[in-house]
Amino acid sequence: MIIIFSGICLLTGSFLCVSGGIGLLRFPDFYTRMHAVGVTDTLGAGFILLGLMLLSTSFLVIAKLVIILLLTLLIGPTTSHVLAKTAMHNGLKPVLNQALNSNTVEKNKETGSSGS
Amino acid sequence: MLTAATLAIFVAMILAIIRCIAGPTLYDRILAVNMFGTKTVLLISLLGFVMGRPEFLDIAIVYALINFISVIGVLRYSDTSK
Amino acid sequence: MVVAVAIIRMRDLFATIMLAGLYGLLSASFFVTMDAVDVAFTEAAVGAGISTLLMLVAITMTGRSENTARHKPLLALVVVIITGALLIYGTLDMPFFGFKDAPIHSHVASRYINNSNQEIGIPNIVTSVLASYRAFDTFGEVVVIFTAGIGVLTLLAFVRCASTNEESDEIGSYNDLMHKQHLVVRIVTKMLIPFILLFALYVQFHGDFGPGGGFQAGVIFSAAIILYTMLFGLKTARRVINQGFIQLIAATGVLLFASVGVVSMLNGGEFLDYNVLSSSPIAGQHLGILVIEWGVGCTVASVMIIIFFSFADRIEMQKSIKKHNKKNKESTSC
Repeated sequence: MIIIFSGICLLTGSFLCVSGGIGLLRFPDFYTRMHAVGVTDTLGAGFILLGLMLLSTSFLVIAKLVIILLLTLLIGPTTSHVLAKTAMHNGLKPVLNQALNSNTVEKNKETGSSGS
Repeated sequence: MLTAATLAIFVAMILAIIRCIAGPTLYDRILAVNMFGTKTVLLISLLGFVMGRPEFLDIAIVYALINFISVIGVLRYSDTSK
Repeated sequence: MVVAVAIIRMRDLFATIMLAGLYGLLSASFFVTMDAVDVAFTEAAVGAGISTLLMLVAITMTGRSENTARHKPLLALVVVIITGALLIYGTLDMPFFGFKDAPIHSHVASRYINNSNQEIGIPNIVTSVLASYRAFDTFGEVVVIFTAGIGVLTLLAFVRCASTNEESDEIGSYNDLMHKQHLVVRIVTKMLIPFILLFALYVQFHGDFGPGGGFQAGVIFSAAIILYTMLFGLKTARRVINQGFIQLIAATGVLLFASVGVVSMLNGGEFLDYNVLSSSPIAGQHLGILVIEWGVGCTVASVMIIIFFSFADRIEMQKSIKKHNKKNKESTSC
């Protein structure tokens, strides 16, 4: 019973992580990619760690997993915030016209973002 | 089950590497490295369970902290506007 | 391999550093799959974290893209290929990876694995090999790290003039600007830093039972201080951690290590022979390992902090020289 539940958690978490990775490759702009990575990373990590917690036996292991979970929940959103703030401060503008046409997206990428 | 999750995280890491090599701007690469770091934390925890050695969790904690510090460091020292 | 090729081909140094960090992470993952826990620990902390940070700080002082080579380095390529081929030919003669009749596995390793429990009595064999059987090598490593710290100090430090009122006003306003800008990260960092320091102490003293030990603990400790310095400014960090004190700690670490050896000589054994340090050999080994790991941790932490402070100092001096030149004053010679 517990094994089934932890299996569900692990599978959900890994699905979220993989979809975050696919989003990283397919989204058109830096800010949208950051959304994909930031949200799915933290949530996927939370589910996987929850699944591992249900599988572990001794108290010390559960305590360490709780510590990793708390750290990930604290650090993940902070990193997204800092990334977005620094990118905005340094002049990387988000693509605002919602044309997902690849031509406009390529043009915007070349002119808008400084190719550093 | 654990091996399936490990493989999935490995696939996500490969996707992050692709983005890091092909990212047009600098911030794409920083984002890719950050994602690679959190996936490494999860990979180390999962591998610890698969191989039956729970001491790997110490490495996972260290790596989560170091990942955070590295990203903050990169962002502090890549300010080109000031 | 893909990452290594990508590192070589890229011209933008920033991207190269990112890829180098990624490469360090991949190595740490490989070490984990090969079941080498302590090595993975050290690689994750040092190779992927601190190296990336220090390389970044170095890049901030130099340029950001590589100069294109003027000539094709054909001679260098030929030399590298010949050397690589010779090395590979040399390794063809070695036994296979993990082959059980290999000399390292049959003579030395079996003695360590079989006798470590009776002779030393701590569960982590890696620490017992590093700190007791091969203590002399560890001493050499600590001295090398200390020398690197001294080298950086010699090359990058200079006479500091006393901070005038104008400088402290500038620093005050700079801090306010940064405070409004980086408010979220500062608060999160303030919550995290005590935890990181505590974790460094945990890793230091837990090296006997799990992965860890002096090197990793020193790196984690210095990472916490570096985080504080990056977010709160160098002047504030210098007020928190006095530079002279840190240099004293670096020297104290090496001195502690050497004095353990000298005390064991004075007690009748050889240099760095822990059996004679206390009433029973096992207690002597434990005491010896504890003290030298503490020495290693002190030195590594303080040298990393010294290196980072020197680099950051240089960066701020460059910035302030640029600012003073813009304002048409004479540049400060400090």
